[in-house]
Amino acid sequence: MAMISSVRRARRAFAAFALLAGGTAFANPQPWQLNMAPGATSISQRVHEVHMIALWVCVGIGIIVFGAMIYAMVKFRKSKGVVPAKFTHNSTLEAVWTVIPIIVLIAMAWPATKLLVDMADVDNSDMTIKITGYQWKWRYEYVDYYKKPTAVNFISTLDADSNRIRQPGSGLDPKSIKDGDYASYLLNVDKPLVVPVGVKVRFVITADDVIHSWWVPALGWKQDAIPGIINDQWTRVDVPGIYRGQCAELCGKDHGFMPIVVKAVPKAEFEQWLATQESETAAAKAAATAQVAPQPATQG
Amino acid sequence: MAAANPAIHDVHDDHDHKPQGFLDRWLFTTNHKDIGTLYLVFSLTMFFIGGTMAMLIRAELFKPGMQLMQPEFFNEMTSMHALVMIFGAVMPAFVGLGNWMIPLQIGAPDMALPRMNNWSFWILPFAFLLLLSTIFMPGGGPQGGWTMYPPLALQGGVNVAFSIFAIHLMGISSIMGAINIIATILNMRAPGMDLLKMPVFVWSWLITAFLLIAVMPVLAGAVTMLLTDKFFGTSFFHAAGGGDPVMYQHIFWFFGHPEVYIMILPAFGIISEIIPTFSRKPIFGYQAMVYAIASIAFLSFIVWAHHMFSVGMPLGGELFFMYATMLIAIPTGVKVFNWISTMWGGAMTFETPMLFAIAFVVLFTIGGFSGVMCAIVPADFQYQDSYFVVAHFHYVLVTGAVFAIMASAYYWLPKWSGHMYSETWGKIHFWSSVISVNVLFFPQHFLGLAGMPRRIPDYNVAFADFNMISSIGGFWFGASQLIFVGVIIHCVYFSKQKATTQVWEGARGLEWTVPSPAPHHTFSTPPVLKPGMLAHDDVSH
Amino acid sequence: MESKTVAHRNASVLKTGAVVVACSFLFGFAMVPVYRIVCEHVFGIKLANGATSATTANLVEDTSRTVTVQFVTNVNSKLPWTFEAERPSIEVHPGKLTEVWFDATNTGGEAIVGNAVPSVAPSNVSQFFNKTECFCFTEQTLAAGETRRMPVRFFVDPQLPKSVRELTLSYTFYTNEVATRRLSETGSPLPAAG
Ligand code: HEM
Ligand SMILES: [Cu+2]
Ligand SMILES: [Cu+2]
Repeated sequence: MAMISSVRRARRAFAAFALLAGGTAFANPQPWQLNMAPGATSISQRVHEVHMIALWVCVGIGIIVFGAMIYAMVKFRKSKGVVPAKFTHNSTLEAVWTVIPIIVLIAMAWPATKLLVDMADVDNSDMTIKITGYQWKWRYEYVDYYKKPTAVNFISTLDADSNRIRQPGSGLDPKSIKDGDYASYLLNVDKPLVVPVGVKVRFVITADDVIHSWWVPALGWKQDAIPGIINDQWTRVDVPGIYRGQCAELCGKDHGFMPIVVKAVPKAEFEQWLATQESETAAAKAAATAQVAPQPATQG
Repeated sequence: MAAANPAIHDVHDDHDHKPQGFLDRWLFTTNHKDIGTLYLVFSLTMFFIGGTMAMLIRAELFKPGMQLMQPEFFNEMTSMHALVMIFGAVMPAFVGLGNWMIPLQIGAPDMALPRMNNWSFWILPFAFLLLLSTIFMPGGGPQGGWTMYPPLALQGGVNVAFSIFAIHLMGISSIMGAINIIATILNMRAPGMDLLKMPVFVWSWLITAFLLIAVMPVLAGAVTMLLTDKFFGTSFFHAAGGGDPVMYQHIFWFFGHPEVYIMILPAFGIISEIIPTFSRKPIFGYQAMVYAIASIAFLSFIVWAHHMFSVGMPLGGELFFMYATMLIAIPTGVKVFNWISTMWGGAMTFETPMLFAIAFVVLFTIGGFSGVMCAIVPADFQYQDSYFVVAHFHYVLVTGAVFAIMASAYYWLPKWSGHMYSETWGKIHFWSSVISVNVLFFPQHFLGLAGMPRRIPDYNVAFADFNMISSIGGFWFGASQLIFVGVIIHCVYFSKQKATTQVWEGARGLEWTVPSPAPHHTFSTPPVLKPGMLAHDDVSH
Repeated sequence: MESKTVAHRNASVLKTGAVVVACSFLFGFAMVPVYRIVCEHVFGIKLANGATSATTANLVEDTSRTVTVQFVTNVNSKLPWTFEAERPSIEVHPGKLTEVWFDATNTGGEAIVGNAVPSVAPSNVSQFFNKTECFCFTEQTLAAGETRRMPVRFFVDPQLPKSVRELTLSYTFYTNEVATRRLSETGSPLPAAG
């Protein structure tokens, strides 16, 4: 047991190192990208692993099956003057190709099951963030941080540059905008979700109007945001960086225009950011209560 | 051999009993062949209407930036494209093939319930007129996807009522078609045509018909609940009123997963006819093929929630649906292995139907592979609602169901029309389609794995290259289908090459004992089965 | 030419088919209650919104551990209310009957009837979360500008698996359109008696 877990820890450490060395750039969609990226968390790396196992199993079976077919097509043609055989079944063969796939499937299901059990373990988190999907934006509320309630709460929407370019007939070039050195068209927001590195973050996810789905590939999962229902998920980001995603459940006309940006920063930097946000929120609240007419304080 | 067949004799008796007037012949027809033709022509028309929508979608996705349309219209196109292709193109094509071929293959004079047959067909054009007309209504057509998840689907305007009514009509049509097929197969077989002597195509349709009557009414129930939620104040799916939007997804996919098998089982049947013919060798493992179809149909009732892994099911549910879904791969694998074993040791020739059938086996298997990958829940947390899934279901539906339909069209066209189609142009159509369809759909795997969600009208520039390739493949595939129409028209109206009774050297079965073209009435007296006449009459196993 | 028996058998397939179709249509609707039953009894997801039937009389407090119950409040964007929990979370011993308060304020210009929809995460822990009193059991009517304090009394079942140390109780307030309309027309949110 100890052996296995230390091996796994070593493997994860290595994967995290690989990600650091390669830069976080490869956690986000790249031109000509062919495969799933391993992502930024140990869970996303394991998701990538089960994906790769399944992929290679399929490639292997494919080579055998398609190889046999090609062989048959070359060998058993009428033009070569073959006389067709008459056999119609072969019980041994049929048993073999029923049993072998069962074994292969079990081999794929086993790591997937273990991973799924770990992904379901939302307990024992260090902080909670509530995500609410709206047509067509996200609201993030920092509920608590190490048991301490926080009052940070903001809306995150498509950035202004992308929004200008995406208007039908704008004539503007989607390649023209960059966030850092990432061509960020439709994958950038006005205000990203900031999370600390190395901290187990629990997300509680819901929606206001229709069903949305919160998907950041680098975190390894997507979770539907459903009106009236609260779903939970968790992540622990290993590597600082900017991770981009999108709404993944059709939610109306601007479904394609409600991106997600997660900015993972070192813990100290995060705490500073949180403090600044809290004082800003407090100031805004004070200003609001100072006004005579009550604002229609909806959550929209 | 053919001359010894008593069926030929009948033909001379009622050889010109076609109704004369156009309306009599087509509108009031109760003849299974004419109704089959109507279904097939309807299906081809819908294939081009749905295809036009697909071309618009691919044009918008040709490069990043909103080029041609408003996002609302884009959503309308994706929703309509799927509804038209599923309920208008693929399902009616199979019903048409069933109508034409099942009586011929089991030696029946017609379908069991000929007048109901007429209704089943004639409901369809009205259903689709209704559905398509919503595009021109205020607020446009349905924009919530073919899955119509509430609450989104309920945000639509009047189109909600019209499209739900249209879906009810389509459902009634296919239910009537299914009952008719069941009655025909159970009651109308020629003497000696035991259940386990029937061609695999007939078997596949029998099982499909049971699936249809079991699940189409469930869809009708689901959309009826949508209707009452929208217009009559119920709260089946409104969280505000104590309903549950997730419950809709369960009910929908309880229909939806068997539905995807409704679209593939008859294809399995067709391929199981064509491969033995052109391998000149009986099908390998006939009984295993039949049992595989039956077990796939059974399993299809207990896997539905694999379409909703990211909805937030409890662990136990996710695991159950993962294991059950993976199980389906086993009977599916048996089918693929048996097709290859049928080819093994045969004397193959590669006419157009065989080419499409071989492409089916390869490309459907690729779709099956991505299906198994999607069954793995943690991986599906990434694949779900991404282009990877779009690639998956287009491999099983386009290179699966649609290729099988095209294979069957080439296979049976000589029997229907009495002429041979142009083999050269058939092959051009095949190669053009098979290359372009892979250019179209294979890169979509990459897009999904890189993180592109489905059902979006615009995307980040990182997705640009593969989308452009995919669109080019799309236009090319679309254009290739014009060749198909050309080949059909040429074959029916202009081809000078007469088809023989048997048409294909390796063909076995009752449909190849009637002349080509098949006369208006066949098997008015039941055929007498002789050894060697059927494709597999010595199936002791 | 069809023999009479074939016609008969065809008619009986038609009849049987029609019965199957009718049954599966009804089955679609039967899935509504079946879904609830399966959620509750197979997966332990409580969908019914009402007071627990468990008695609180002989509740045994499990002082050996504490569970954090976190409160999350949502207001549907069509409803001009604010709604907050008095405290964002509370630590309780399983088996202890606990009371927490929530505040709702109608910031709109008219009286509105609202309904709160509860939800618990992780969903299969909801079977261990029991409410004896909740503002979500009934509709809430708030006059323009009115604020109301509302209690929830609950206990966590001592059977709760040891591995669970935190759970979230979420409420979403929605406008009850029917009752609100009735309120503005008749002055009472309740349907007229008799
Ligand atoms: C080996 C057999 C198959 C397996 C294991 C399989 C598995 C799956 C899974 C798990 C999904 C859900 C993916 C997701 O949304 O995340 C899916 C989607 C889908 N599959 Fe398959 N599948 C198989 C064969 C087929 C066949 C034969 C068809 C139809 C001819 C089909 C049509 C579809 C369609 C249409 C969808 C997408 C539905 C939607 O979201 O609109 N699949 N499949
Ligand atoms: Cu969304
Ligand atoms: Cu499915």
